[in-house]
Amino acid sequence: MALLDIITRFFAKDNASSKDVARERLRLVLVHDRASVSPEFLNRLKEDLIKVIREYLEIDEEALSVDLENEEDSIALVANIPVKGFKRAG
Amino acid sequence: MKSRVIVITSGKGGVGKTTTTANLGTALAMMDKKVVMIDTDIGLRNLDVVMGLENRIVFDIVDVVNGNCKLKQALIKDKRFDGLYLLPAAQTKDKTAVSPHQMKNLTNELRKDFDYILVDCPAGIEQGFKNAVAGADNAIVVATPEISSVRDADRIIGMLEASGLNNARLIINRLRSKMVKRGDMMDINDILDILSIELLGVVPEDESIVVSTNRGEPAVMETASRAGGAYRRIARRITGEKVPMLSVDEENVNFVDRFRRILKLAR
Repeated sequence: MALLDIITRFFAKDNASSKDVARERLRLVLVHDRASVSPEFLNRLKEDLIKVIREYLEIDEEALSVDLENEEDSIALVANIPVKGFKRAG
Repeated sequence: MKSRVIVITSGKGGVGKTTTTANLGTALAMMDKKVVMIDTDIGLRNLDVVMGLENRIVFDIVDVVNGNCKLKQALIKDKRFDGLYLLPAAQTKDKTAVSPHQMKNLTNELRKDFDYILVDCPAGIEQGFKNAVAGADNAIVVATPEISSVRDADRIIGMLEASGLNNARLIINRLRSKMVKRGDMMDINDILDILSIELLGVVPEDESIVVSTNRGEPAVMETASRAGGAYRRIARRITGEKVPMLSVDEENVNFVDRFRRILKLAR
């Protein structure tokens, strides 16, 4: 019986142990937890982005949108910033 | 010596905050430090029973902040160790009976007389948490190797950082080495990878904790208790001493394990 156990375990390598399942589930849930930020946070980020980009480009501040998007296992900061014109190189 | 206010927190309930506070407080007192433990779980106090001091309570933390008594009158002196005191929570009020500002004043007052002020934080992220962290210099986060506990610990670490406590250290509590060995429990590295926080120590799952809590005598007083031994080592680390982590889970490794480890080192 013990030998059978060892053999089963040896060949069942790709059958993830429950701790691997736990770790993977935890990783995913934390990606989502950490990405759920307050609207206030996004607004501050948006204002700072505008401040920086304005130095280089003329942008449509009203139409600018900033959001965090959850993919399968990663987060992306997605910003849509319509450009109205370029500043003259000076 | 400069006194330190350390908050012991976890987010999730039932992972061992109060047991940790009682054991670390007692262990530090056994090292001749002057220690006061504050129970901030107003309405659900328990540090008094874990310490076996429940029959001595006259005044509590709410009496102190409301000026019904002097701070010294509310401090309960431990019957076993000089220099060990408890400031109990009120049982009949709720968490709003104390404000973060009052807590800060209280801990500052205690700094005059104590080396270590250990604040036992209630579960949750509401007012009780905000009170407990208000006057703290350092934080200890307690987590068990379970998804729910580690998830809540992650949230709490974020909230501690938001309150300016960036130096939190982790105690992994109730680790079962047998389950870790057969792959059915997350191990220390799994948890550290996820939380990216410094490890302060690991406490094994140990029945002696139940026995010592039944008696109201912290496990650190019991030489043979494995969990007690782990807490004693953690207390030494708190004082700044370099104490190596024992084996994978701070257990006294048995002979076979030790032999295996020597073989591994020799390779």
